[in-house]
Amino acid sequence: MRYALLICNDEKAVISPDEQSRRFAAFASFQEEMEARGVLVGRERLRPAASSRNVQVRDGGLVIADGPFAETKEQIAGFYIVSCKDLDEAIEVAAKIPAAQYGTIEVRPVWEM
Amino acid sequence: MGSAFRSEWGRVVAYLIRITGDWDLAEECAQDAFTRALERWPRDGIPTSPGGWLKTTARNRALDQLRRTAVGAAKLREVAMSPLANEGNEGNEQDGSGIADDRLRLMFTCCHPALPIDAQVALTLRTLAGLSTAEIARAFLVPDETMAKRLVRAKHKIRDAGIPYRVPPAHQLPERTVAVLAVLYGLFNEGYGASAGADLVRRSLCAEAIRLARLLAELMPDEPEALGLLALMVLHHARSDARVDAAGDLVTLEDQDRARWDSAAIVEACTVLDAAVRLGRPGPYQVMAAIAACHASAATPGATDWAEIAALYARLSQLVPSPVVALNRAVAVAMADGPAAGLRLVEQLEQSDALAGYYLLSATRADLLRRLGRSEQAAAAYRRALELAPTDAERRYLAKRLGETSAVP
Repeated sequence: MRYALLICNDEKAVISPDEQSRRFAAFASFQEEMEARGVLVGRERLRPAASSRNVQVRDGGLVIADGPFAETKEQIAGFYIVSCKDLDEAIEVAAKIPAAQYGTIEVRPVWEM
Repeated sequence: MGSAFRSEWGRVVAYLIRITGDWDLAEECAQDAFTRALERWPRDGIPTSPGGWLKTTARNRALDQLRRTAVGAAKLREVAMSPLANEGNEGNEQDGSGIADDRLRLMFTCCHPALPIDAQVALTLRTLAGLSTAEIARAFLVPDETMAKRLVRAKHKIRDAGIPYRVPPAHQLPERTVAVLAVLYGLFNEGYGASAGADLVRRSLCAEAIRLARLLAELMPDEPEALGLLALMVLHHARSDARVDAAGDLVTLEDQDRARWDSAAIVEACTVLDAAVRLGRPGPYQVMAAIAACHASAATPGATDWAEIAALYARLSQLVPSPVVALNRAVAVAMADGPAAGLRLVEQLEQSDALAGYYLLSATRADLLRRLGRSEQAAAAYRRALELAPTDAERRYLAKRLGETSAVP
């Protein structure tokens, strides 16, 4: 089964340059491990939520608004698509994402068509 | 359904889920096989292997059902190729855990932490214990429809989220076993807390929990906490007849008629607990069972080994730090070393504020003050406990104590 592992964290949190480079290294080694294991199907890192635009079509008219919908503390910072045997494996992979240490990983099964 | 008959239910459902992967189909075909058994067995006689008959009948029914649907075609081959169910052949293929029993797979899947706890309990009762949706709804005091929805949602989640049907591998087993034990213990407490006037189904939850714990202990004989939980439940249950009086009022341990305790059950539980302790891996259920065993093996309230109980509560506090355990320890210390020693621990707890609004904290404080002869303070604490007590039986008990306290100037 495929799962989307959505990485949610507080993008306004202030972190030191040292911590930042430590996190980059951790992500790099996580990805290396998962690629070797053959579970990684796709991945993207997203720019800060402030740079997003919300698009809606209402009564045939286009409505574009700035920023995320709600002022939630945690925003989606990126995601992985993984192919796992079952939920237990997906949870195990999610727990290894470095961001699980300071944010939240949402594990969502992909709707297979 | 008779209980022997019903103990086959979980086996049949668990087997069908494994071979078809379809929870609804499994339940439906198991239901059908049991209905046929009720029709045929009285007429044709009970088959040599009732369990095997039920499994084979249910499996054939599943094959029929799958034949009728297009999506069933691929599945059909799988099911048709799966080895026929024999007694003792519980699907012991590659599982990694070394424990081969469909019912254990089912138990771990029902108690998967990705499911909400109330769904875990409901699913366990429906698939393993064979209670009907209506019975489970009555047991948890919710409308039938709510329970039906809860069960459907849980089954869909298992399918859609890919919750595996297996006993977890060794590295996940300890953590996941804790989850299974928690569901069974929760089930037991739900029944134990039910008042005497409550629906029979609600009260039967204790027996169901014990039956499932017995099964778990049988399937995981090297898991000391599974044995500990079984011992704990059996010990509590052994005293259940003496727990309420004819009027339905709660009788405290001290005032219970010990002749009404089930002594055979107490002996059985102590044997199970001994086996658990011999495995040399202590855990909270074993310690709680040991505490219950101390109470159950005292011939009179005066003969209770309170020093041992206080020491066991101290051990339990280390294993699972909790203010409720600390309160129980205070009660045991009061019995072993006198009410003043107990009161000191209660006052520490009050300062920590962790049990604010918990009626047993006020009730315990009241009881200790009464025994120290500080009647006025005791009466105030009883009144506070009365405001907070959740059930009528508990309020009546506290009111009686308050009356006795106020009567003595």
